[in-house]
Amino acid sequence: MENQIFELQYAMDTFYFLVCGALVMWMAAGFAMLEAGLVRAKNTTEILTKNVALFAISCIMYLVCGYAIMYGGGIFLDGIEAFDLAGVLSASTENGFDGDSVYSGASDFFFQVVFVATAMSIVSGAVAERMKLWAFLVFAVFMTGVIYPLEGSWTWGGADVFGMYNLGDLGFSDFAGSGIVHMAGAAAALAGVLLLGARKGKYGPNGEVHAIPGANLPLATLGTFILWMGWFGFNGGSVLKLGDAASAHSVAMVFLNTNAAAAGGAVAALIVGRILFGKADLTMLLNGALAGLVAITAEPSTPTPLLATLFGAAGGVLVVFSILTLDKLKIDDPVGAISVHGVVGLLGLLLVPVTNADVSFSGQIIGAATIFIWVFVASLIVWGILKAVMGIRVAEEDEYEGMDMADCGMEAYPEFVKG
Amino acid sequence: MKLVTAVIKPFKLDDVREALSEIGVQGITVTEVKGFGRQKGHTELYRGAEYVVDFLPKVKIEVAIAESSLDQVIEAIAKAANTGKIGDGKIFVTSLEQAIRIRTGETGEDAI
Repeated sequence: MENQIFELQYAMDTFYFLVCGALVMWMAAGFAMLEAGLVRAKNTTEILTKNVALFAISCIMYLVCGYAIMYGGGIFLDGIEAFDLAGVLSASTENGFDGDSVYSGASDFFFQVVFVATAMSIVSGAVAERMKLWAFLVFAVFMTGVIYPLEGSWTWGGADVFGMYNLGDLGFSDFAGSGIVHMAGAAAALAGVLLLGARKGKYGPNGEVHAIPGANLPLATLGTFILWMGWFGFNGGSVLKLGDAASAHSVAMVFLNTNAAAAGGAVAALIVGRILFGKADLTMLLNGALAGLVAITAEPSTPTPLLATLFGAAGGVLVVFSILTLDKLKIDDPVGAISVHGVVGLLGLLLVPVTNADVSFSGQIIGAATIFIWVFVASLIVWGILKAVMGIRVAEEDEYEGMDMADCGMEAYPEFVKG
Repeated sequence: MKLVTAVIKPFKLDDVREALSEIGVQGITVTEVKGFGRQKGHTELYRGAEYVVDFLPKVKIEVAIAESSLDQVIEAIAKAANTGKIGDGKIFVTSLEQAIRIRTGETGEDAI
């Protein structure tokens, strides 16, 4: 009888990873729609191509070597198809009904791989409208095959950082990846943007910032809501267990807090935008909701609902000012990715010790620095090599004509007369 | 024959179309355009960056009419499109040299 209960737990926890993984996979649609909505019509096909292709590349590279680098195990997921009931039952007995979950390794890979794609997707928004499609895809191969997996191994994987120190021992914790996924993606994005330069016409000679409005705000809004919903899988699945009462309640709190933080971030950004600009700015509202989500991602289970809302609101306020600041620094980020995921990702990490006594500020800072420095420097090197070998920026004429024709040979809105 | 071109506010299109129908005008061509006259542009903010809104959406209608209906048509359009506020638009009248109905080959006033 006890074995049957363990089998049911295995089934439930495996299923839970799969469903949450599917929700996080759905975030890829969210990113694609958000980015497609915030770029100009002439660059829409290209960004959609980037988003679909990077998702596929992430899945493949993580399967080839990324997962092995991050968690050990075989290249090409060697052995993952094996099922050993006796092993499952003995592990369950050892952990106990209330202990760590036992689940299919395949479901673990599935849940992990969609996080890789999320990290990679953050980069595509920041470099939009002027980066060569193929240079970006080559970078994706390295980011998802090596750069992200290595920093993932030092964090969730528990390995020592190049053998020097161990982040877990230093009190570092990042529940679902404010730093490990979001700030890492933003670090890679920042490296790319610095080497790429701003879009033509974005900044004037005397520091003026010119608006380049997005072509499809309904898509951007849809993308944001899709990301919001997918995030329930992102944070919810990171509880890592569903199959006992305490875990189920924890999952419920995570869903609740995740949602509260998004709401807090949205309202805060809306109000800040109203105060600064005199009118409601939909794009800031969207970024605010996402910032709220990023802010809570490092620790969605321990805060009270009110605190979760306030943490989200802090993210919403911070993201608006960060977007404005980056423009002042002439760092061109068409969708606000570096602000939403990088700046607020760091905030998310630093908020953890406020409600989780097992985590130290110093541990969070060391962890944040480790992740950022590794990803930023490694990305800078890869971007730099790509820039030297094949160039990362499209030709000026292609940028003016639009990347849809230059890189893809097809328009996203072919029947719309260009105004 | 005359070609009457009018640039009007987009939400006035239905009123103008109805008014023209009432006086017997049978055909109309409509294009979406942008423009400004003495209605000055203004600035808006997008993510904190200022941009000038010079060109406002307008609708351009073109009707080909017999010269005998010209005054009627002008009055109908002007009355229907008028809001009394700036940006109401303009009516232009040009001479129409020839008109041909493609289906039947009729020309001149038989074609309009």
